[in-house]
Amino acid sequence: MREHKVAISVKDLVKNFDGRRVLDGITLDIYHGETFVIMGGSGCGKSTLLRHMTGAMKPDSGKIFFGDKDLTSLDEDQTEQVKRRFGMCFQSSALLDYLNVQENVSLPLREHTTLDPKIISIIVKMKLSLVGLSGFENLMPSMLSGGMKKRVGLARAISMDPEAVFYDEPTAGLDPIVCAVVDKLILDLNKKLLLTSVVVTHNMESVFRIADRVAMLHKGRVLQIGTPDEIRNSKDPIVQQFINGRLDGPINFSESIEDINYSEEA
Amino acid sequence: MNEKIIKPFEVVGAQVLGWLKVVNDFSRLAGQVFYWIFFGAAKKKPMKQPPIFEQMVFMGARSIVIVFFVTFFTGIVLAMQSAQQLSKLGGTIYVASLVSISICRELGPVLTALVIAGRIGAAITAEIGSMQVNEQLEALDTMAINPIRFLIVPKVVALFFMLPCLTVIGDLSGMLGGYIIGVYNLGINSHLYIQTAFDYLTPKDIYTGLCKSFVFALIISLVGSYQGIHTRGGAVGVGRATTVSVVTSFILIIVADCIVTGIFYFSNV
Repeated sequence: MREHKVAISVKDLVKNFDGRRVLDGITLDIYHGETFVIMGGSGCGKSTLLRHMTGAMKPDSGKIFFGDKDLTSLDEDQTEQVKRRFGMCFQSSALLDYLNVQENVSLPLREHTTLDPKIISIIVKMKLSLVGLSGFENLMPSMLSGGMKKRVGLARAISMDPEAVFYDEPTAGLDPIVCAVVDKLILDLNKKLLLTSVVVTHNMESVFRIADRVAMLHKGRVLQIGTPDEIRNSKDPIVQQFINGRLDGPINFSESIEDINYSEEA
Repeated sequence: MNEKIIKPFEVVGAQVLGWLKVVNDFSRLAGQVFYWIFFGAAKKKPMKQPPIFEQMVFMGARSIVIVFFVTFFTGIVLAMQSAQQLSKLGGTIYVASLVSISICRELGPVLTALVIAGRIGAAITAEIGSMQVNEQLEALDTMAINPIRFLIVPKVVALFFMLPCLTVIGDLSGMLGGYIIGVYNLGINSHLYIQTAFDYLTPKDIYTGLCKSFVFALIISLVGSYQGIHTRGGAVGVGRATTVSVVTSFILIIVADCIVTGIFYFSNV
């Protein structure tokens, strides 16, 4: 087996919300340049895991290494330095709605660099053309469709030339064709910019389209990590029920309702 | 049996802990805001002027009309109410000083603050609250942009300077209301009215009023931001947070008014 360089490493991550264990000892390695998909049912802790990786949440115990830096033990300034090395693409795009596309994409550049406005506008043009939205600079987010917003969010995530990009449900709420477009974009960027991509999703088509490796989470634990084929041929009844969307199986419905309540509290 | 005895203590304790948490979170937010205002430059992240000016226009210039109307009519009402009483004593002329002193010391600052709490406090909470529920605050954070520095500090600074300005406008328009009743209804000589109004007005009357408005400005902007940041639960949550923000501001403004007035009253500055 080929030797991989680890980009992000999560070790024994534990997180409780109001006495409920949402992450229960998660350990996984994400390699340089791969597209790593984290999947699982609602409330299984996958979004929480992503928020820990981006430094938005602090774990109760465990470590997260980004390169050689442990995100959990850094002070505020150092965390900020690490945060500049990755981008994040949000489920709701999270564009600032009082800024136009140009201002949204250039926001990190204007805040963190002393680049000339002309250079910034060139960089913005480049990033927008990478996501296929050249010429949209002066539109407001409210004038864009969901798929376009996602792509602007993606352009913003890569504006600082990050090493890794995190995607939270990139295809949620999009029609199948736009889903495919976004998936292709994720793969394209991954190759063109040599990014490490971490994607949280429960869209099975997406998973098998983009993933180099997949981690299946269930009840705050890693159930299985493997290539899409390994996951597809998994013997685990929970994995099989999930990827095939069956009603009957080890995951029962009332449990899922409870889990949704957990995640809303979070 | 045992549980029945413990239960009330648990309820009270949880309530008190809840309040303490609010106080703790609120003071933390205030601390961070002041940190970024005073020490931000040391971290090579000074305040940026354009957003502060934008906020000043929105909070200050666009609020002039509403502040004018509220205080102007209060001045009229005050003059009419006091004229009736003072005329019995044969001192109608003192309407002028009564209106000017009560407007400058008390009604101008408080009414302006209440109007601005309704207009600006609500706007701050609604804006930050909807950004919170749409993950925009989290997005700023992952871009290593501190939401407090980026969003809240300009609002706090802008309101801190604009509310006293609006208060001055409110004071003047309140006195104008009194003047109109005094001169056109009570028949007091215009020159005499103005002279009486300002003769009895001491600098202390004006600066106590302005001191209050600085305090009110901090209350409105910080309460508004706090409620915005702690918004949960979608559109309903934003509505709830906005209501709580305005109500809390109203109560705190009146309480702070009492405290500041008390300080001036007892210290005899």
